[in-house]
Amino acid sequence: MILFEEVSKIYAGNHGALKQVDFHLKQGEMAFLTGHSGSGKSTLLKLISLMERPTTGRIVLNGNDISNIKGNDIPYLRRHIGMIFQDHRLLMNRSVLENVGLPLLIEGYSRYEIKRRSLAALEKVGLMGKEDCAPIHLSGGEQQRVGIARAIINQPPLLLADEPTGNLDPKLSLEILSLFESLNEFGMSVLIATHDLGLIAKMRYRTLTLKDGEMINDGLMRERNG
Amino acid sequence: MANQMEDKKVLSGSPRITKVSFLGRVSAVIRQHFQQAFSSFSELWKTPFATLMTIFVLGLALSLPSAFHVLYKNAERVTGQWDGASEISLFLKKDISEPRVQVLINKLALYNDIDSVTYISRHQALEEFKEMSSFSKALNYLDENPLPAVLVVVPTKEAMNSAGSKLLVAKLEREQGIDLVRVDVDWIEKLQAILSLLVDIVIAIAVLLLISVLLIVSNTIRLNILSQRDEIEVLKLVGATNSFIQRPYLYVGAWYGLLGGVIAWLLTFAMVTWLQSGVMSLMGLYQLQFEISLMSFNEVMTLFGVATGLGFVASYVSVKQYLVKIEPK
Ligand SMILES: Nc1ncnc2c1ncn2[C@@H]1O[C@H](COP(=O)(O)OP(=O)(O)O)[C@@H](O)[C@H]1O
Ligand SMILES: [Mg+2]
Repeated sequence: MILFEEVSKIYAGNHGALKQVDFHLKQGEMAFLTGHSGSGKSTLLKLISLMERPTTGRIVLNGNDISNIKGNDIPYLRRHIGMIFQDHRLLMNRSVLENVGLPLLIEGYSRYEIKRRSLAALEKVGLMGKEDCAPIHLSGGEQQRVGIARAIINQPPLLLADEPTGNLDPKLSLEILSLFESLNEFGMSVLIATHDLGLIAKMRYRTLTLKDGEMINDGLMRERNG
Repeated sequence: MANQMEDKKVLSGSPRITKVSFLGRVSAVIRQHFQQAFSSFSELWKTPFATLMTIFVLGLALSLPSAFHVLYKNAERVTGQWDGASEISLFLKKDISEPRVQVLINKLALYNDIDSVTYISRHQALEEFKEMSSFSKALNYLDENPLPAVLVVVPTKEAMNSAGSKLLVAKLEREQGIDLVRVDVDWIEKLQAILSLLVDIVIAIAVLLLISVLLIVSNTIRLNILSQRDEIEVLKLVGATNSFIQRPYLYVGAWYGLLGGVIAWLLTFAMVTWLQSGVMSLMGLYQLQFEISLMSFNEVMTLFGVATGLGFVASYVSVKQYLVKIEPK
C-alpha cells in the first residue's frame, strides 16, 4: 500500500525533518507511527497525502510512484486517501451531513446519493440523529467521529490519521481506536500517528518509531509492565 | 502504461464504487455547474447589504458609458441629417455697383440648387456690425465703410449634403464680382467638434470606470477567497480540484457583473427618458421632428454580456492570484 525508499525531507531553512526513511505498509495493514513532538510524524503523513514533497527518495502508493506526481493529479490521488486530523478540519458553517458528504459532492454525486451515503457513514461512526447539527455544537469526540465519517465515506483503501486522539480523554481515545480497528477489519489500510505511547501499548499493532526524523524502530510495542 | 492502469484499479479497488461511465461523468459535471451557479447566487444574498452596494456601484460605473453611448448615437443621427452647408456667404467685391449686384442676385435665383438669396448691403452690414460690437464709437471715426456687401445663400435641401454643397461652392466661385465664398457650417461643425472631443473624454472615463469595475469585483472576490481560506484548504484535502473550488467564485463574479449590468440598464433607461422630455420640447421649439432612440435589444444584450464578462474576468484574476495558491497545511 505504502512504500518509502530512502525518503528525506528538508524544509527550507531547517535541518532534516525526515532522514532516509524506509518502510512498507502492506495492503489491509494497520500500524502506528510514533515519536516525540517534532520527530517528523506529521511530515511523513503529509508526504503520503502530497501536502509536502520529498526532498530525496521515492514514495510509492499502491504501485504508483508519487514522488514526482503532477500537481493536477493530486486531487484525484487524495480521493483515495481518507485523512483525519487532530483539529478535525470540519467546516463550521455547514451541517454535519454536509461535512460528511463533501468528498461525494466534489465527485459530482446527486444530492440524494450524497445524503444516503452520508447517513450510512454517520451510522458507522455512531452519530445517527446528529446529521443536522452544526459541528460546533458537538463534543470533541463527536467532532472527531464526523471527521472519520467524512474520511471513510468514499471507502478509500487507505486511512491516515494525525494525532486523532490528541484532544480526547483516554476513554474516548479508545473508542476512536476501536473504530479504526473495525475499519481495518473491512480491509482499509490504516496509519495512525500519535505520541500517546500509553494508547499504543494497549493495542498490539505494528509501531513505527521516529526520532529526529530517523526511523529507529519498526515492530510491536511492548506493554511497559508486561 | 498498462501496468499503471492496473495499479490505479488496485488503488481504487477494495470495497469501493465501480467506474463511472462517460455520460455519467458529463452529467455529473453539468449538475455541479448548475448547483454551483445557483448556490453561488443565493450565497450573494447572505450578505444582502454588501452585495447590493457592490452591485449598485458596478451599475453606476457601467451606466455612464452606456448612457453616453445612447446619447452619442442620437447626436450622430442629428449631425448626420445635416452634414453639409446650411448657409453660404458670398462677400462681394467693394467696387461692385448696385445694378450689377441686382443682376447677380437674379442670376443666383435661377440656380436650381439655391433656395433663397438674401442681400446685405455694405450699409446694412455696418449697422449690424455696430449693433453687435463695442467698436461702434470707433467705427464713427472711419472715413470709409470697411465692410463688404454680402449675399447670404441658402442651398436647397438636396444641395445641403457635403457633395452638393461642394459643387455649388465651385460654381459660385466662378461668378464675377464675388471676392470670397464662405461656407457656413459652423453649428454643425462645432457640434461635431464638441462631440469628437467628448468622445475622447468619455472613452477615457469609460475605460477608467471599466477598470474600476474590474478592481471592485476582483477585490470583492479576493476578500471572499481570503475569508474562506479554511474551507478552501479542507476542500483541497478531500480531493477537490482547483476548477471545482474556483467555480463558485467565478460564478459570483459573473453574477456581480450581470446584476451590475441590469442596474446600469435601468439607470441608462431612466437617464435617457429624463433627457428625452427636455430634448422633445427643445426640438418642438424649432419645429423639428426628432425622437430619441433608446437602447436596442442587441445593445442591451451587449451591455449585459460585457458586464458579465468583466465580472468573470475580474474574479478569474483573483482566483488565479489567490485561490490557486492556497495549499492545505
Ligand atoms: N512547514 C514547515 N516548515 C519548516 N519546518 C517544519 C515545517 N513543518 C514541520 N517542520 C519541522 O520539521 C520537524 C518535524 O515536524 P513534524 O513533522 O510536524 O513533527 P511531529 O508531527 O512529529 O510533531 C520539526 O522540527 C518541525 O519544526
Ligand atoms: Mg504532528
